[in-house]
Amino acid sequence: MNKKFYIEHLKEGLLTNNPTFVQLLGMCPTLAVTTSVSNSIGMGLSATAVLMFSNLFISLLRKFIPKQVRIAAYIVIISGFVTAIELLLHAFLPSLYASLGLFIPLIVVNCIILARAEAFASKNGPLRSLWDGLAMGLGFTFALILIGSVREILGAGSILGYDLTFGVWQPALLFIMPAGAFITLGCIIAAVTALRRAADARVKAKEKTARVTGKEEE
Amino acid sequence: MEIFALMLSAVLIENFIFSRFMGCCPFLGVSEKPSTAVGMGMAVVFVMTLSSALTWAIYYLILVPFHLEYLQTIAFILAIAALVQFIELFLRRFVPALYGALGIYLPLITTNCAVLGAALINIQQGYSFLESVIFGCSAGLGFTLAIVIFAGVRQKMTFCNPPRAFRGFPLTLIAAGLAAMAFSGFSGLSM
Repeated sequence: MNKKFYIEHLKEGLLTNNPTFVQLLGMCPTLAVTTSVSNSIGMGLSATAVLMFSNLFISLLRKFIPKQVRIAAYIVIISGFVTAIELLLHAFLPSLYASLGLFIPLIVVNCIILARAEAFASKNGPLRSLWDGLAMGLGFTFALILIGSVREILGAGSILGYDLTFGVWQPALLFIMPAGAFITLGCIIAAVTALRRAADARVKAKEKTARVTGKEEE
Repeated sequence: MEIFALMLSAVLIENFIFSRFMGCCPFLGVSEKPSTAVGMGMAVVFVMTLSSALTWAIYYLILVPFHLEYLQTIAFILAIAALVQFIELFLRRFVPALYGALGIYLPLITTNCAVLGAALINIQQGYSFLESVIFGCSAGLGFTLAIVIFAGVRQKMTFCNPPRAFRGFPLTLIAAGLAAMAFSGFSGLSM
């Protein structure tokens, strides 16, 4: 029973309730840092770390935080962890720190983190909240990597810095420019919506045939 | 002249939405009608101008003397949240007409990354107090320009008939991409 929750929840975060593609949260970092796969991974994992720790602490403190000032309290907790991550990246991964730039402190206002704090961590136990942070964070990372690879392959002709053009084709610079970010994300979300709708239709068709055959048996 | 260059670059060349990607959430969320877009934009201009002044003062008058620069993110977000609350109370009390126009947008602004972003850029670029305030104000104006133009585009879009999967959010994003392409033309303007 318990194990089932954890597996289901991971699946929800990665696919069925993906924070970027389905909940449509956290658009600013999604659009801004996905110019390359390495930036996407860096941003995704930093946000995941912040999300896990903030979820854990908000869940532990959920009985002590007064309801009226809870949003302010969440923001303080979140920005504390963001500052910690910022200092760690500055010390140990200076090149990533330089390329993500302002978007590291801006993790504070990433709506995914506040949304999970409000919707999940404030109502559930610490272990579940930690797991929720991990699942949603990985879903965010997965989305960033997907968008980042499309943009890096099409826009720079490389992946993780390895050249893929072999001197044969010209990468379309548009895709690493801001306009390309909006267009790529739009197309990917449309594809995800189409896939989800197809999956829903299949489930419904199955239910329908089950019902029809059930009736025939009667 | 320098001030003019700063304003022009914040409004057009380094537009907060189309080239820095800050404030995309309200940009995509509150741009359905030009009238609400204007309201949101005005609220952002208002808050960004005041918060640029406030965070500049906090950084140089409190954090730097005590060597607490690393606390800037926490200090700024708290200052912005408090400022937004204060503006809301102040407007409701003393300028009810303006509160009626901007009131519903104000709470949304606390988690608008454009406001925090502008505060952080001011510090990063080492702007003086006057430059910070002007940068905050013109970045807000750039946001308003983008959101109002885009609201007009979105109104036209309600009449079109795209493939089913593109309906709604994906089409909005693609339209935003086209608008961003238009804005990238300004990057040729060199100061």
